Amino acid sequence: MTLYLPRTTTSQISEALAAERHSVGGGAMNMVLTLVIVTDEADHYDAVRAATEAGREHPSRVLALIRRDPEAEPAIDAEIRRPGTSGPGEALLLRLFGPLGEHADSVVTPLLVPDAPVVAWWPGVGPVNPAADPVGRLAQRRITDALRAADPVGDLLSRIVHYRPGDTDLTWTRLTPWRSLLASTMDQPSAWVTAAEVTAEPYYPSADLLAAWLSDQLDVPVERKESNGPGITGARLITGAGDIAVRRLDGRVATLSRPDQPDQTVALPRRRASEALAEELRRLDADEIYEQTATHMASLLNRAGVGA
Amino acid sequence: MKEPVMPGAVPNPLRNILDRRLPRIAGPSVLVLFGVTGDLARKKLLPAIYDLANRGLLPPGFGLVGFARRDWEDQDFAAEAHEAVRQHARTPFREDVWRQLSEGVRFVPGELHDDDAFDRLAETVRELDARRGTGGNYAFYLSLPPKLFPTVVKQLKRSGLAESSDGSWRRVVIEKPFGHDLESARELNAVVDDVFPPQSVFRIDHYLGKETVQNIMALRFANTLFEPIWNRSYVDHVQITMAEDIGVGGRAGYYDGIGAARDVIQNHLLQLLALVAMEEPVSFSADALRAEKEKVLSAVTLPEDLAQGTARGQYAEGWQGGAPVVGYLQEDGIPPDSTTETYAAMKLGVNTRRWAGVPFYLRTGKRLGRRVTEVALVFQRAPHQVFSHTDIEEMGQNSLVLRIQPDEGVTLRFGSKVPGASMEVRDVSMDFTYGQSFTEASPEAYERLILDVLIGDPPLFPRQEEVELSWKILDPIEEFWTKNGRPEQYESGAWGPASAHELLARDGRQWRRP
Repeated sequence: MTLYLPRTTTSQISEALAAERHSVGGGAMNMVLTLVIVTDEADHYDAVRAATEAGREHPSRVLALIRRDPEAEPAIDAEIRRPGTSGPGEALLLRLFGPLGEHADSVVTPLLVPDAPVVAWWPGVGPVNPAADPVGRLAQRRITDALRAADPVGDLLSRIVHYRPGDTDLTWTRLTPWRSLLASTMDQPSAWVTAAEVTAEPYYPSADLLAAWLSDQLDVPVERKESNGPGITGARLITGAGDIAVRRLDGRVATLSRPDQPDQTVALPRRRASEALAEELRRLDADEIYEQTATHMASLLNRAGVGA
Repeated sequence: MKEPVMPGAVPNPLRNILDRRLPRIAGPSVLVLFGVTGDLARKKLLPAIYDLANRGLLPPGFGLVGFARRDWEDQDFAAEAHEAVRQHARTPFREDVWRQLSEGVRFVPGELHDDDAFDRLAETVRELDARRGTGGNYAFYLSLPPKLFPTVVKQLKRSGLAESSDGSWRRVVIEKPFGHDLESARELNAVVDDVFPPQSVFRIDHYLGKETVQNIMALRFANTLFEPIWNRSYVDHVQITMAEDIGVGGRAGYYDGIGAARDVIQNHLLQLLALVAMEEPVSFSADALRAEKEKVLSAVTLPEDLAQGTARGQYAEGWQGGAPVVGYLQEDGIPPDSTTETYAAMKLGVNTRRWAGVPFYLRTGKRLGRRVTEVALVFQRAPHQVFSHTDIEEMGQNSLVLRIQPDEGVTLRFGSKVPGASMEVRDVSMDFTYGQSFTEASPEAYERLILDVLIGDPPLFPRQEEVELSWKILDPIEEFWTKNGRPEQYESGAWGPASAHELLARDGRQWRRP
């Protein structure tokens, strides 16, 4: 069931939510977090959908802030999707008119689930300094997505300068299956790794992060090569005894080859937004490895004379 | 310049303790499944293997070998497995994942006593090592009746499959029941022990997954709220229940002669008792946990008068859940004079400072009101009430209920004023459900188990010592029952025989209705 409250206020929205709770008993107490999505009319549909899917794993109150005409009179149009309509959580779509767009925090504050952590997500182009953003300031975890910017690598680099614990970027999250596979290849004895390569489509920050991560953890030179994609198409660890290579040309199934061993195939699908988001919501503490890797990436790219 | 890191050495340079995103993935290995045509394999094991693969937790070099008495080729088994996965897997079906997994699927037809079949099995796993790079690591899952364990274990030894060489490992999984009394448990252990070292033997009780054990540990020891009242000063008594709504059904052959106490109390309920009653382990390691469980199991005391302190029953013909059902003695394959109990209840004590004088009531049965497993700590009444007797007439004792299944969670029951002008206190429930707060449907117990086996994580499952301790608790009761009378008939679909209700009534208490 969806409830429309045009030209409303946050207290009317709170009342509507409370009335809902009284009629069924229980309610928001089961929500584990508030997810604030800062978005626009074009992006909100996919974003709320991804959040709803992720909400099956993390029941949350989703607050989608959709900015409308900044010249209009200040007003809120609310659309409340009750629990059960879209998974176990509830979703509030708030269309903010006029100068309210600049003061979204005042709309968000009264609607946060008590005690539960707050996560802010910018599915489109995010703020350069998420922790200083009015909405970002309210959140323990701030999720951006550099891939959506016009210059993805530059966007990530300019944001990492302002890193605060709790910041994270989906270009890093999308990388987890790759990192996981590469790490597992090194669970078994292998020869010394002397260098590494990462091949991916151009302007793809995940690939630069992967290169930086390998370079940082293994302390070897890592070459970033370009291909036609999709996404990352290969990673290679060059060892004294031969290469450990992962190739994925179709964005779905990868081939793993190791010295003296038969080639193996492994499903390595590209991740959907909801999967990446669900992983982000799983841990709400600071991701030190992300900070370390992104900072290292910045220094590598600066040394090479590219990037921001 | 950082210290050079040595790849392949421990620790893996790509794994960092701060990097919590990376899951632990099993190393290259082959899982050999005996009894692959059984219900368990079809409904639980094969789907669990697929779910693990789908979550990216199985290595690219993974082989699955089925062994059974069927005239199947590899493809036939793969087709069966495919069907089982499609029907029962927890995670969505992805063709890519399945295709990659099925490349490592093999089937070996044969009888368990047939030397040739085991030689073919040995060839098959070696072929997988060569073709799929499974690294010579084998796990054997014995999804078989326990009486067949010795045959299989001896065959594994004879065919050289049990022997590991240069750094590869062998592990074996056996399921409850671990024997039917102390003596047979020891015999079984001797057979397995002869071939596999203790740390390679994984005893699984699928009722009590690792997830549940860890949930109880977290509730008790990660919070400050519960531990101060978790003792004889506040707890009046503890009730541990496992009720099933089904009858023996297809398990008649196995069940008759075993009975509810051996089937459920010996392993499952006594494990729950140990987890609830034990002291805080010094660490979260498997060994520390086991030490505490063994301590508390060795402190369990039996009622002085077994006739008064235990009860047993057999379900009678009747109606359950809106359908007519037959009684135990009328089930197919059950002798009409069987004295096997389908309901067992007992009152145990725990002889420690924390629990002295607090009775632990255990009960389990088939064809009861509904399927439920729970542990309830029932607290003492307030020592003094400012409210008048009539005000609190409808109030019960406070209780904390750990719901194990279905719908795992915690319920806290306490009195609350009924809104209105008059003063009246009535019981209300505060409820927490894992399924609602973290809906990542907790991984099936089997997923955790198989992953632990392949990774070699020390299991939280019982070792031989615990198995023997629990038989020591149960053996005298079984002996007493054998010598004295027959189980009482009880109504199907209700909550057990009258003697079980009297057992608590004698102490001025009553069973909770779960």
